[in-house]
Amino acid sequence: MNREGMLNAAVLLGLISVPLWAWAADEPFIITLTTKAAVLALAGVGLNIALGLGGLVSLGHAAFFGIGGYAMGILASHAQTFDPIMEAPFLIEGTKSMPVIWLVAVIASGLAALAIGALSLRTSGVYFIMITLAFGQMLYFFAISWPAYGGEDGLSIYVRNGFPGLNTLDPIQFYGIVFAILLAVLFLTARLARSPFGLALNAARQSAVRVETVGLSPYRLRLMAFVISGMITGLAGALFADLNRFVSPTMFSWQTSGEIMIFVILGGVARLFGPVVGAVLFILLEHLLGGLSDFWHIYLGLLLLLIVLFARGGVIGLLAGRGVAHD
Amino acid sequence: MSTLLLAEQVLNGLQLGIMLFLMAAGLTLVFGVMGLINLAHGSLYMIGAFAAAAVAGATGSFLLALMAALAAAAAAGALVEMLVIRRLYDRDHLDQVLATFALILIFSEGTRWVFGSFPLYLNIPDYLAGPITLPGGIQYPLYRLTLIGIGLVIALGLFLLISRTRLGIQIRAGENDREMIAALGVDISKLYTIVFALGAALAGLAGALVGAIQSVQVGMGEPVLILAFVVIVIGGIGSIKGALVGAILVGLTDTLGGLLLPALFAQFMEASAAQGMGSALASMLIYILMAVVLVVRPTGLYGARA
Repeated sequence: MNREGMLNAAVLLGLISVPLWAWAADEPFIITLTTKAAVLALAGVGLNIALGLGGLVSLGHAAFFGIGGYAMGILASHAQTFDPIMEAPFLIEGTKSMPVIWLVAVIASGLAALAIGALSLRTSGVYFIMITLAFGQMLYFFAISWPAYGGEDGLSIYVRNGFPGLNTLDPIQFYGIVFAILLAVLFLTARLARSPFGLALNAARQSAVRVETVGLSPYRLRLMAFVISGMITGLAGALFADLNRFVSPTMFSWQTSGEIMIFVILGGVARLFGPVVGAVLFILLEHLLGGLSDFWHIYLGLLLLLIVLFARGGVIGLLAGRGVAHD
Repeated sequence: MSTLLLAEQVLNGLQLGIMLFLMAAGLTLVFGVMGLINLAHGSLYMIGAFAAAAVAGATGSFLLALMAALAAAAAAGALVEMLVIRRLYDRDHLDQVLATFALILIFSEGTRWVFGSFPLYLNIPDYLAGPITLPGGIQYPLYRLTLIGIGLVIALGLFLLISRTRLGIQIRAGENDREMIAALGVDISKLYTIVFALGAALAGLAGALVGAIQSVQVGMGEPVLILAFVVIVIGGIGSIKGALVGAILVGLTDTLGGLLLPALFAQFMEASAAQGMGSALASMLIYILMAVVLVVRPTGLYGARA
C-alpha cells in the first residue's frame, strides 16, 4: 500500500472510530459533527468528479446541493401537513421515507445538471466558471422569491425522515446511514475513474482534440460527468437537509459552492479521498477556530491562500507526495 | 400601467446598468489583459463603500468621500495585486478562483472586524437630494440621474483612455500579446498593477455611489459581482463595449422584468399567485437572457476569443 492508500485507510478508520467512541462516551454533538463532515464530504466527492476527473471548474454546485435539499424539504413538508403535492392529473403525495426522497433528489438534481451542463458546456474556461456560478445564483434567487416553500425563511421539518428498520433520530444510526452512502459512493467513484468512461473523461481533460480524433465526443463525456457529479451532490443536499431538519435558500448560495470547492482543494483535487479529508479538516477548523474567534473566516482565508499559492495538491498532496495524483 | 411608471423604471434600469458597467469594466479589463478571473472584485466595491461611509461620517463631505473611495479601492487593489494576484497569472483558473475566494473571506471578515456587523449609512448630499421634474412630467430623484451622468462620463473617459492614450495602447497590446510588449520594453508588471488598480478604483467608486442609495454592509459586493459576471458573459469577456451593452441590457431586463412579468401573469392568473410567480421568474430573467445569448453566441455579443 502506498502512502496515499495508508492515508485513506487512516481517514476511514477515523470516520468509524471517532463516532463509535463518541457514542460510547455519550457525546452526541461529536457524532453530529462527524455526520456533517461526512455529508459535506459526499457533496465534495460529487464535485470532484466534475472538477478532478473532468477538469470542469464548476462554481455552481450549490444548485444541486440546494435542489437535493429542497427535494427533501418539499416532500417532507407535504407529508407533514398531509397536503398532497398534486391532485390532478394524478395524485402525488409527500413522503417521509428517506429512500424515496433520495431517489427524487438524485433524479431532480440529475435533470438540473443535464440542463445546466448542456448550456454551460458549450463554453469553457472562465466562461464556464461564471456561467455555472450564474445558474447557481439563478436558483438561489428563485428559492428566495418563491413564496410557496418558505421563501427567504426556509422550511423546517419537525421530525427527521424515516429509514425502514432504523431509528434515524438516534445520531449514531443516522451517521451509519450517511457513512454507508459515503462509502458506497466512494467505491463507485473509484470504479468510475478506472472504467472506460472515466479513462476517456480523463483523456478529454488532458487533450480534448486527441479524444475527438479517436471518435469520442468530449462534450458528451463532460456532460455525463457533470450529470453524475450533480446527482451525487444532490444526494448530499438531501442528507444535509435531513441532518439539520431545515432547508433554506442558503443551500443555493454561491458561498456554498465555494465551500464545496474548498473541501476538494483542501484535501487535494482528483484524489479519491481528497474531499473527505478536506471536509473533515474544514469542520475541524470551523469548530476549533470558530471557538477561538468570531472572525475565523479570516484564518480560513489565509490558510486557503497559502495552500493555493504554496501547497498545490492539498493536504493529501503534502502528506503523500505529488507523484500519486494522475495529473 | 402608466407610461410615467414605465419611464421611471427605464431610468432605474439604466442607473443599475451604468453602475454594473463600472464593476464589469474592471473585471473585463483584468481578464482581457492579465487573463485573470477575480472573484474579489466585489470586495473592492465594498471597500470603496466603507471608505466613503467612514470619510463622509468624519468630514461630512460627499466629494471627499468619493475621493476616499477611489483612493482606498485603488490602494487595496494595487496592494493585493503585488502581494497575491501577481503569483496567479501563470496558474490555471481553478487556482485563481480559489485564491480570490480566499481574498473575499479575508476582506469580508476583516471589514466586519473593523466596522462591526451593523450596516453603515452614507447620506446623499443636500445639493443632490430630492426629485427633479424631467420633460414629460416625470419626477425622478436627482441623485440617481447624477449616477447615470457620472457613469456615462466615466464610460466615455474609459473609451478615450483605451483608444487615445499611450496607456490604452499598452493595454490593448497586452491583450493581444503580452510577451511581445514585454520584449518591446514595456514594464509589464507595472502595467498589470496599474490596470488592476484602475479596475479596483472603478469598483470602489461604484460601491460608494450605490452605497448612498443602499446600506453599506459586509457582503454587499458579491451580488453585484455575480451580476457583473453575467454582464461580461453576455457582452463578451475582454470587451469594454460589450461590458457597456451587456450592463445596460442586464439593468433594463432586471428592472423591467420585475415590473412587467407580474403584470403579465396577472392577465391569466389570480393576483397573489401572479405576483409570486411573476417575481420569482423575474429574478431569474437575466440568467435566462444570459443562457439565450450563450446559445446564440457562446463567446458573448462582442467576444472574440473562444
